[in-house]
Amino acid sequence: MTYESDEIKKKAFSAKYKKASLGADLDLDKYSTIPSSNEPIDDLTVLGKEEQQTLRMSGVIPEAHNRAGTFVLMDASVVLNNVSQKGVEILNTGDALEKYPWLKNYWWQTVDVDTDKYTASAELEGKKEALGYFVRVLSGVKTTFPIQSCLYLSQDNISQNVHNILIVEEGASLDIITGCATSRHVQRGAHIGVSEFFVKRNGRLSFTMIHNWKPKVEVRPRSAAIVEEGGIFLSNYICMQPVRSLQMYPTTKLVGRNAIARYNSILLASPKTELDIGSRVHLKAPGCRAEVISRAISTGGKIWARGHLIGDAPEVKAHLECHGLLLKEGGFIHAIPQLDGLVPNIDLSHEASIGKIAKEAVEYLMARGLTEEEAIATIVRGFLDVKIEGLPLELQSELDKVIATSRESML
Amino acid sequence: MLLIENLSVSIDGKEILHSINLEIKEGETHALFGPNGSGKTSFLMTIMGFPDYQVTEGRILFRGQDITNKSINERAKLGLGFMFQRPPTIAGVRTRQLVELCANDKSANIEELAKQLNLQNFLDRDINRGFSGGEIKRAELLQLLAQNPDFLLLDEPESGVDLENLALIGRIINNMLCSEMNFNNKRSQPSPKAGLIITHTGYILDYVSADIGHVLCHGRLGCSGTPSVILANIRKMGYEECIKCLLKTS
Repeated sequence: MTYESDEIKKKAFSAKYKKASLGADLDLDKYSTIPSSNEPIDDLTVLGKEEQQTLRMSGVIPEAHNRAGTFVLMDASVVLNNVSQKGVEILNTGDALEKYPWLKNYWWQTVDVDTDKYTASAELEGKKEALGYFVRVLSGVKTTFPIQSCLYLSQDNISQNVHNILIVEEGASLDIITGCATSRHVQRGAHIGVSEFFVKRNGRLSFTMIHNWKPKVEVRPRSAAIVEEGGIFLSNYICMQPVRSLQMYPTTKLVGRNAIARYNSILLASPKTELDIGSRVHLKAPGCRAEVISRAISTGGKIWARGHLIGDAPEVKAHLECHGLLLKEGGFIHAIPQLDGLVPNIDLSHEASIGKIAKEAVEYLMARGLTEEEAIATIVRGFLDVKIEGLPLELQSELDKVIATSRESML
Repeated sequence: MLLIENLSVSIDGKEILHSINLEIKEGETHALFGPNGSGKTSFLMTIMGFPDYQVTEGRILFRGQDITNKSINERAKLGLGFMFQRPPTIAGVRTRQLVELCANDKSANIEELAKQLNLQNFLDRDINRGFSGGEIKRAELLQLLAQNPDFLLLDEPESGVDLENLALIGRIINNMLCSEMNFNNKRSQPSPKAGLIITHTGYILDYVSADIGHVLCHGRLGCSGTPSVILANIRKMGYEECIKCLLKTS
């Protein structure tokens, strides 16, 4: 099969030590790639209370209420995989590649395996029995409840290498929440995750990723999406917990007419956290639209907030918005918006700002009886409200909970 | 209720208000006139406790308590309410949320209050974002209705407001000062309220009955008297006469 083909492996080998163009260069050799295996579980409520709380903070509900399915990959073992929605399939990617020979046509189609040492590592170090999640929604199937998946690091000093594939067939609709989390036992670790998204004609995919790592964990996701005519890809990303170093630049190619992509990111960097996070949309067909919105707060950490729109077909419209709050000394926020117009008759725009909490706004709220702390909390909460449109209420409330909890720890 | 004693105020070391004395008793509404830049807004902001306004001399007493060094929110809790002339926009903070915060634990019927002010469609919008002049004033009053303060500091409630809105705003302010309405818009036992209104044009006084008027020029409080008489004189002779008059007395 293609995923084992010599050619891909060869390309991966050639990039084994290739530095990424962005982010600190990680030494992956210091991590073990062979963790001990974890036993399967019936559901997430068998986990300890503390672990369950960690999952909740990552948007994963242990009781799986109002969830169409749950997939949990712990270290390098799939410990839970159930789905209750007809027309939706979740498999370990390794198994899916064996079951569906056609899957080779999707494998490494949106991201090049030799992009850098991280894509190479995903290919070379990924374990076939726990290679990531493969999710496919059959044509016309619209899920009522979201699917939740969790990529969990429970052992210290390992690197987790996964490769996920999500396929939304024509006219289908899927919401998925991916919570990436670390057990409290873990001091150090690395997570490398390749995710390839395919949204077919008039399909809709809402992908929400919540990162909940630990201060010494290093993370390099590599993800990309291809959206066909009339398709919609919504990507929401939240990272508010400390992490040593996290760099990613997810990219969407809108290849069919009137396709839509929307990225929303909420980033919080506390001291010793480095976040280099961008979103890129390549608008390749007429009538495509995109919106990239990020809110970055530094309480002493370093943030590079990037955004890149490429207008490559007439009558496309896209907007990039990148606002930062620098709350404490010692950190910084770099807002780097980039617009490329390659053909006439396009409409690309961006706005970026970095500031502090406006004194007059704090005093305004204090005049209504709020203490200074309450006023600041209210303003920060408002700042982080990116009005994620088109998201089911159920998901929005999850985001609100995570935002609320994270903010408490921040203030 | 509010007693200002020999109050001098500086911003960045520059004195802008000079030895002001003023008493506003329970049940009284006072109007403050004065040309642009005379210090009217600074005076109100000092009373509310905005930290940029440093009291260099004198003191402010509210219901007998010295509040000169109290924070803005402490003054709000004691019963001072402030209607801003140009309030800030706060991204992501909805009008409804702010009104709820103003009501604190009181069970304000926000929908009902918003209806009174024709603001039903503004509750789920960011506070003051894209609001017109009249909408800003009505949103300010919506918050004050929920907050239900005993002493109202109103900074030019009529500025940027059309006649129709002026009548509505005037009626609501008058009701609040007469304390005929509580935050639930139900009749309650009248409790003594008071207020100080900055007015540039005096139009608001067609709707709000003020008991005493004052003129503030160059940071000094000049003559006091019947608001309509003062206003008539200002209209007739302009503020220049007030300034001359003040120069004579100071």
